[in-house]
Amino acid sequence: MLEIEGLHVAVSGKEILKGLSLSIAAGEVHAIMGPNGSGKSTLSYVLAGREGYEIISGSIRYRGEDLAAMAPEERAAKGVFLAMQYPVEIPGVTTMNFLKTALNAQRRARGEKDIDALGVLRLVREKAKALHISEEMLKRALNVGFSGGEKKRLEILQMALFEPALAILDETDSGLDIDALKVVADGVNGLRSSERAMLVITHYQRLLNHIVPDRVHVLYGGRIIKEGGKELAHELEAKGYAEIIREAA
Amino acid sequence: MAALETREQVAALGEKYKYGFVTDIEMERAPKGLSEDTVRFISAKKGEPEWMLEWRLGAYRRWRQMREPTWARVHYDPIDYENAYYYAAPKSAADGPKSLDEIDPKLIETYNKLGIPLNEQMLLAGVAVDAVFDSVSVATTFKEKLSEAGVIFCPISEAIRDYPELVKKYLGSVVPVTDNFFATLNSAVFSDGSFVYVPKGVRCPMELSTYFRINAQGTGQFERTLIIADEGSYVSYLEGCTAPKRDENQLHAAVVELVALEGAEIKYSTVQNWYPGDEEGKGGIYNFVTKRGDCRGARSKISWTQVETGSAITWKYPSCLLRGDDSVGEFYSIAIANHFQQADTGTKMHHLGKNTRSRIISKGISAGQAQNTYRGLVSVHPRAANARNYTQCDSLLIGGKCGAHTVPYIESRNKSARIEHEATTSKIAEDQLFYCLQRGIPQEEAVALIVNGFCREVLQQLPMEFAVEAQKLVGISLEGSVG
Repeated sequence: MLEIEGLHVAVSGKEILKGLSLSIAAGEVHAIMGPNGSGKSTLSYVLAGREGYEIISGSIRYRGEDLAAMAPEERAAKGVFLAMQYPVEIPGVTTMNFLKTALNAQRRARGEKDIDALGVLRLVREKAKALHISEEMLKRALNVGFSGGEKKRLEILQMALFEPALAILDETDSGLDIDALKVVADGVNGLRSSERAMLVITHYQRLLNHIVPDRVHVLYGGRIIKEGGKELAHELEAKGYAEIIREAA
Repeated sequence: MAALETREQVAALGEKYKYGFVTDIEMERAPKGLSEDTVRFISAKKGEPEWMLEWRLGAYRRWRQMREPTWARVHYDPIDYENAYYYAAPKSAADGPKSLDEIDPKLIETYNKLGIPLNEQMLLAGVAVDAVFDSVSVATTFKEKLSEAGVIFCPISEAIRDYPELVKKYLGSVVPVTDNFFATLNSAVFSDGSFVYVPKGVRCPMELSTYFRINAQGTGQFERTLIIADEGSYVSYLEGCTAPKRDENQLHAAVVELVALEGAEIKYSTVQNWYPGDEEGKGGIYNFVTKRGDCRGARSKISWTQVETGSAITWKYPSCLLRGDDSVGEFYSIAIANHFQQADTGTKMHHLGKNTRSRIISKGISAGQAQNTYRGLVSVHPRAANARNYTQCDSLLIGGKCGAHTVPYIESRNKSARIEHEATTSKIAEDQLFYCLQRGIPQEEAVALIVNGFCREVLQQLPMEFAVEAQKLVGISLEGSVG
């Protein structure tokens, strides 16, 4: 699904990712863990195609295609979804309208027909229930005045709605209390499938108790310094980043 | 839901200014330039009575002594008033409006291109249309249904002939002949426009609509609209405007007067999409318009809603005179300026009566190298006890070369007045755009979506069928503004 090789990325002329390699197959859930400043968010943005994240060398293949050559909206239409750490507010644009606009934009890019307002409403309602998202919330302007938990739930709702092939979750646990974390994790687990790859980016092991990964990678200084199974997350929690970094050096 | 429609329609339109076609129709014109003879020519063409001609000539003489105002934040080469035509009419319509099936098919075709069906579609939509093509009203629909309700809706030239006492009483009573340079010019040479009279206690059974189009080359358009809502009546009036693409600048100097008597309400909506000039700032309409409403009676209400996306220059301040006690004035505005457009627009709320209230919501969007100014006055007369005003001016900037300016004037001479003013300036943030892109929404559509969200409070004031059109325009007028 996703093969990253020797990826070097700079932001404002400063190199952040320094030779990152990573490979995820369909049906797998991988976790990227790392301390602040290790390059976690840079990785998520470069995969989504955000402006200002310059690939110096290396390659990103997504389903055999060169991901870096695609515009961000094209990546979205082709099934790349990034649940953001800080979902943005768009005043005056209702959440429902946003969901419909985005869903149909993706469909149109794939040469599929639009779904009408009623159809989208049905689809959204069905998915919203499991995430404890109310009708009232869908009528509010996108993310405006939403609590941290509401914002993250809405990200997962979008993931459920767009059914991406590759979902990247950037610090989805940040700012969530334990109940909200459980709702979000259940939502994510419900979307695990043999067709879908997931990359869960997090600072803490706590999220991985709920979303259990197949592989764990430790990111530090712009490189993967250690890999392992799900038990690596527990090891990290027990030893702390400093110890793991020292061992890897 | 509507934003989706926006995108679809924007996509369907493709081309940047779809109204830029020219209709090839034989025109009858007044001689070039402006003189007493021009004024006499126009008056004679209209078959006007002597009193009307005198009124015009008085305006003309006054205008000769006036100077073009320079206080607005707009810059343009001097207008040569002697090098323009002040009257142009399709030859076949020179004898005044006829019934729909007698009208030149080419005109009908033009209106169809504009998406203004003067036929059953409108009947279904329940809108009565008075279409002004250059200087003459070519068709007024639904007269019968309106006359059953006692509502008069006709070209103003017809009203001058058929309802002289109403016209004499109200014409120039809100915007005096001597009001300002452009209004005085209009008083001298206006060639047509709409007239509406809604009798006491009547709720106008349908939305009234006028569609203005400048077609002929080198022509100014000077329409004059007069709306009178008698005691306890209600009317909603819509106005739309387009013009062909031309390299030269064309002058549009309209006057709109609204009179609301006791307990009456007038809702006036405009979607202005005159040709804005090209991407280098060449051509486009100079839009110098005087619009004023008089809340003459107690508990009357006048509400202006405008979506200004076109014109090279916009100079326009739809205002309210809140004379009647407990009267209400509202101004909802979206002004978009892209490329080299300049907009200086806002409102004036004159609180004269007791317990008068006004509300101003202005949304200015600047892109390209455009300059967008909100200029507004809230004045409270010494006798206007308990007057209240709320003003909110929001500016949105797209890109780094445009400008937004807010110039609010507040004059309060009564201590009991409560005046609130809020202003914000923001940019479309990179993270908002990225968020949209990441969810698969292409850039231009994302800009349209965000801007429509920014304008939402104003768009909600528009009648349904106009709101869709307006959202579409927001998207089109900002094409090419990002990236």
